[in-house]
Amino acid sequence: MATLAADKPVATAPAPEAVVVRFAGDSGDGMQLTGGQFTLSTALAGNDLATFPDFPAEIRAPQGTLFGVSAFQINFGSTEIDTAGDAPDVLIAMNPAALKVNLAALKPGGLIIADTGEFSKRNLEKAKYDSNPLEDGSLAKWDVLAFDISALTMESVKPFGLGNKEALRCKNMWTLGLALWMFDRDRQPLIDWLKSKFAKAPTIADANIAALNAGHAYGETAELAGPLKKLHLEAYPQPAGLYRTITGAEAVSLGLVAGAQLADLPMFFGGYPITPASAILHHLARLKEFGVTTFQAEDEIAAICSAIGASYAGQLGVTSSSGPGIALKGEAMGLAIMTELPLVIVNSQRGGPSTGLPTKTEQSDLYQAVYGRNGDAPMPVIAARSPADAFDCAIEACRIAVQYMTPVMLLTDGYIANAAEPWKVPDPASYEPFPVTFLTEKNSTDEDGNEKLLPFARDEKGARPWIKPGTPGLMHRIGGIEKNPGTGNIDYSPASHQLMTDARKAKVDGVAQGVPPQDVTLGNTTGKLAVVGWGSTYGPIHQAVRRARARGLDVSQIHVRHVWPLPANLGDLLKGFDNILVPEMNTGQFKTVLRDQLLVDATPLTKTSGQPFQIAELEDAIAAYFDGIPGNEGGEVEPNSQQLPSPETVNP
Amino acid sequence: MNDMTPITTTLKDWETDQEVRWCPGCGDYAILKAVQRTLPQLGADPKNTVFVSGIGCSSRFPYYVESYGFHTIHGRAPAFATGIKLANPELDVWMVTGDGDGLSIGGNHLMHVLRRNVNLQIMLFNNEIYGLTKGQYSPTSREGTLSPSTPLGSVDRPANPCAFALGVGARFVARGFDVSKNLPEVLKAAHAHQGAAFVEIFQNCIVYNKDVFNDFAAPKGGEDRQLWLQDGQPLLFSNGTKGISLNRDTCSLEVVDVVDGDWEAAGVTVHDVKNRALAHMLVEMPFGAFPMALGVIYDDPRPTFESSVIAQNAKASEGKVADLAKLLAKGQTWTVEASDADHI
Repeated sequence: MATLAADKPVATAPAPEAVVVRFAGDSGDGMQLTGGQFTLSTALAGNDLATFPDFPAEIRAPQGTLFGVSAFQINFGSTEIDTAGDAPDVLIAMNPAALKVNLAALKPGGLIIADTGEFSKRNLEKAKYDSNPLEDGSLAKWDVLAFDISALTMESVKPFGLGNKEALRCKNMWTLGLALWMFDRDRQPLIDWLKSKFAKAPTIADANIAALNAGHAYGETAELAGPLKKLHLEAYPQPAGLYRTITGAEAVSLGLVAGAQLADLPMFFGGYPITPASAILHHLARLKEFGVTTFQAEDEIAAICSAIGASYAGQLGVTSSSGPGIALKGEAMGLAIMTELPLVIVNSQRGGPSTGLPTKTEQSDLYQAVYGRNGDAPMPVIAARSPADAFDCAIEACRIAVQYMTPVMLLTDGYIANAAEPWKVPDPASYEPFPVTFLTEKNSTDEDGNEKLLPFARDEKGARPWIKPGTPGLMHRIGGIEKNPGTGNIDYSPASHQLMTDARKAKVDGVAQGVPPQDVTLGNTTGKLAVVGWGSTYGPIHQAVRRARARGLDVSQIHVRHVWPLPANLGDLLKGFDNILVPEMNTGQFKTVLRDQLLVDATPLTKTSGQPFQIAELEDAIAAYFDGIPGNEGGEVEPNSQQLPSPETVNP
Repeated sequence: MNDMTPITTTLKDWETDQEVRWCPGCGDYAILKAVQRTLPQLGADPKNTVFVSGIGCSSRFPYYVESYGFHTIHGRAPAFATGIKLANPELDVWMVTGDGDGLSIGGNHLMHVLRRNVNLQIMLFNNEIYGLTKGQYSPTSREGTLSPSTPLGSVDRPANPCAFALGVGARFVARGFDVSKNLPEVLKAAHAHQGAAFVEIFQNCIVYNKDVFNDFAAPKGGEDRQLWLQDGQPLLFSNGTKGISLNRDTCSLEVVDVVDGDWEAAGVTVHDVKNRALAHMLVEMPFGAFPMALGVIYDDPRPTFESSVIAQNAKASEGKVADLAKLLAKGQTWTVEASDADHI
């Protein structure tokens, strides 16, 4: 066989539409870096892609342990990709623990690439293996390519005279080289990147490049010996333009900068370190020339309060956190609502409650965003559906904040914050500016015809004027105590509180009039089933609905960006569907909002495992409405073991 | 301030049309008047002046000063003030807080605004009690304070606001009391200091903690127990008959008698506002055995937080053009040609 194969030129196997690869190793093995560079290479090859970094909360967990495994999954192909993929086709396991943790996800018949150099007795024990899985036949239902990557790496970097530890650190580049060979990729961009990254240590750069080349060359050899096949996936046809990859955290940061520019304001960002939101602070801290001031405050409360202070002084105040930090900011949000100052609050949601799952994803802060403050404290909430969408959402949050003089919460989550996808670089000039006008003169007259300042007079949107300290003649006082509807002076008379509560509510309700009507993302505007989602469930819902529709099922996808207030037409739109299914990574929070606001029979489909929905899970749930049969008007079927439990069983 | 020309105002110009809602006889009235008397003397401009406060009796202060004012939330005024100063360093910011607001719920923020050295004046009204919530003991209440929440007397030791301020790195620390005629001078010194200027003002809560400061603050009889500090002047009190001397053997302060005004012979120490060690000893003097140190205890400016932030931002922006289109297209990019998309 080997001879036969060698005689032929290297033939590429017939390529599937899409491939899912998971890199897994110790948290110190550089798997996130490897994944990130493989992503870039994939993007440069023109494939559509989505990634899912999945790493432990510990920075450097003890080596070789099960809880120290860090993984990076990428789904890429010649077709539209919206999720990181359900099950990997290829698992690259750098040690026994990585194999053990990730094996269950691997597709039957999938390929395991394992570094035998790390399958020592000690490492097997740490991974709680009684015997070596590479030798005991337990991996029979998969293809296994096991060889000593560690030794091969050491060999390849020998000429550079590195120490043992440093030499072994090139393992991830060796592995990346092999992956590049497998998917027929150009090595040059990676070589360029290594040269620039290690510009100050050329020996390290050269060693890594040598490892990369050695891994690549090994592909040729390995193909002869076993299951390794070279796959070439065609580029996914995308609209013409300039592209880059972007993570949600980057997109939020850039969107905030763009939003501040469109509002013609300097931006003040008050933040406090928290996973997975810190990346936004890191990005913005390097963008001073865009009029961005970043302030790492002493705590979450000071972070939002300083941002409100900056808004009060005439800048665009922004703060960002994750659930636990958002909880601490609650009282200050109330003050921004009460004093009617613009503010953008970004919540990169993670699993909760309490500290919960710091590095895992969830959508369980929706109640907190919509309802989580004392008093009647209405606040617009918008949710990004993907990393790239977070850019537009951040701009939208800035617009609403300054036009309605209100804090706005932008929801992303751990998945969006960390995941990368290709992004067609937008032209900033294509966004309509919304420059802010500060009040510079008194805006009213009293009964005697004298000019008078009314800091809480309202415009047609219900917004009060924004008055910067430093403006001559407009001195006034604001605060958190209930105030007179015009002058803003302390006034907690019954009439005043009623009027002001109504005015604050009407203003935020009115935001719905200024947003585009809800569209149907995929499918018809009426029908048997609408799958209604928000946030990062967009990808799996989109793919599941696309597949179901391809099978002839009458299902539509409606994905909501403006979760509070809801788009004005959403109620009428949903009434055109017989069934409404709401998949969420929580216990059914958006379902509650829909039921309450629209009086529709929204059915929850919930998941709180810290992992995004798989497409197959959603396909099954959709199929349950159709008996799996195209055109089945009856719809309902008896539940069986193949289907998810009915929502009623889960949430009686 | 944008325009450094001193503005001519009178006390009346700093009064608002709002009805003052403190209890009749509250020490806050005297402090308000002292501030309104001081502002014209500073040449302060109402349009560039901002009073920021937290929550509590003292924190109603901004409503009564005809300037910009922001009555915020409990304990967080330092954070708001920091945001205001970073957004517009030209504003002249006064922060008003109390012993509960500033040292209990807001202790963390007070620490950091002082440590960072944000250029503002901080007035901490210390009445050793929670007034607005009806009289619970506070972090500065003396041991044994009887209150609704400590009916058997408080058992925890009080915080010393000035020692706290020095401990966290404040560069200006001063003390005064509500009805003192010297209060405007103290406030003027605080205003002249570039950086976070911390002023503890003893304030008489006539409802819940009446006259607790009478031992030194009583209009008649307290003077002998007041040690008014002046830079370069000997530490004399009780009409010059007593002084404070540094015992070099024990490295501690002691009270000495001064005969015929010969303070040098008595070994009385000369005040030096830049001597941090002396400042620590002065604020720690146990009252009773010692007088109450008042006036400017410590004043040694350092660059302010906002000036450093602005300088760093300016340096980072030097020679860079804020080109958003370029920023969005940063990093490794690829181009999809129009022909590729024809069939989409």
